[in-house]
Amino acid sequence: MEIKVVKKVLDVNNTMAEQNRKLFSDKNVFVLNVMSSPGAGKTTVLGKTITRLAPEIRTAVIVGDISTTNDADRLAKTGVCVVQVNTDAFGGDCHLAAHVIAKAAENFSLDEIDILIVENVGNLVCPAEFDIGEDERVVVLSVTEGEDKPLKYPLMFRVCNAAILNKIDLLPYLEYNRAEVLNNISQIHPGIPVFEMSAQKETGIDPWVSWLKMKVKAKLKK
Amino acid sequence: MHEMGIAMQVIDVATAAIPGHLEGRKVKSINLRIGKLSSVVPDSLRFCFDIVSKDSRVEGAKLFIEEIPVTASCNDCGNKWTIEGPAFSCPVCKGGHTRLISGQELDIESMELEEDQ
Repeated sequence: MEIKVVKKVLDVNNTMAEQNRKLFSDKNVFVLNVMSSPGAGKTTVLGKTITRLAPEIRTAVIVGDISTTNDADRLAKTGVCVVQVNTDAFGGDCHLAAHVIAKAAENFSLDEIDILIVENVGNLVCPAEFDIGEDERVVVLSVTEGEDKPLKYPLMFRVCNAAILNKIDLLPYLEYNRAEVLNNISQIHPGIPVFEMSAQKETGIDPWVSWLKMKVKAKLKK
Repeated sequence: MHEMGIAMQVIDVATAAIPGHLEGRKVKSINLRIGKLSSVVPDSLRFCFDIVSKDSRVEGAKLFIEEIPVTASCNDCGNKWTIEGPAFSCPVCKGGHTRLISGQELDIESMELEEDQ
C-alpha cells in the first residue's frame, strides 16, 4: 500500500533555519553566510572586512571547519568574538547546518552584536543546500581557481546574492581570463554584484564593505 | 558529497511518516523527487541509504528517485523553458530576471508499505 508523505527531506534543517532567522531578527542581528572552495581566501577577506566594519558595526564570527582552530585563531586577532565549530564532532560534515549555528550562537551575547558572520566549511557543493537562517549569502572565488567554477557549481552561484573575486593582485602572473569568469557568474546569476579585490594587499575591499554596511543598516534600520 | 547526511534525514522523515496503526509493516520503497540543481547524486544516496538504514525501521526499502529538470520563467517576457546547460538567462529576451520553477527539490513524495498478510 502507498502512503503519501510529501515532505522536504531537509525539513528539520529548514525549520531550524527559520527559528534562527526569527531569533536573529528579534535580537536585531544581521547574519552573513560566507562560502567558497578551500583556499579562496575567506578568512583573509573576513579579517580585513571585520576591521573595516568596526567600530560602527559590532561583529561576531562563527567559523566552520572539519578540524583545527587555525581560522578562528587568525580572526580572533581582530578583537571580535569568534567561535570555532569543528564539524568532525557532528560526523565530519562538509557544511554547517542550522542546528549547529543555533548552538554556536549561544556563545554570544546577541544584544551586543550587529552582524554575525558565518565562515562556512570550504566547499562549493553542500553549504549551498543548507539554509542556516542567514540574511545574505556571499561566495568567494579566487583567480587561482578555474574561470569555469560558476558553471561547475551552479547552485552555489544561484543561492548567493554577491560574489567576491579575490587575489586579483596575482593576475599579472596567471593566464586567467577575468572577463570569462565575470561572464560565467552572470550566466548563472545575472545581475549579482561581483567585488574584485586582493584581500591580502588590501585593494578593492571598500566597495564590498560599503555594500555589506548598506545591507546591515537596511535590516537594522540604523 | 553530503549524501550520508541526506540519507539519515530521509530515514528520519520516512520513519516519522509511518502511521501508528501500520507500525509493524515493512517499508518496501521510498519515492523521492530530486531536482537536478540540487547537489545530490542519486547513486551515492542509494549507496549511503543502504548502509545507514541498517537496523532502522526502513531497512531494506528501495529508493525510487525521480529526477526533476530545472525549469525557469522570465520575469521580463514571461517565457518558460527548461534549463539544460549552465546558463540561466532567458533564451528569448536575453534578460536576467530569471525565476526558478523547479530543479531544487529534495522531497519525499510517498512510501510503499507491504500489504497486510
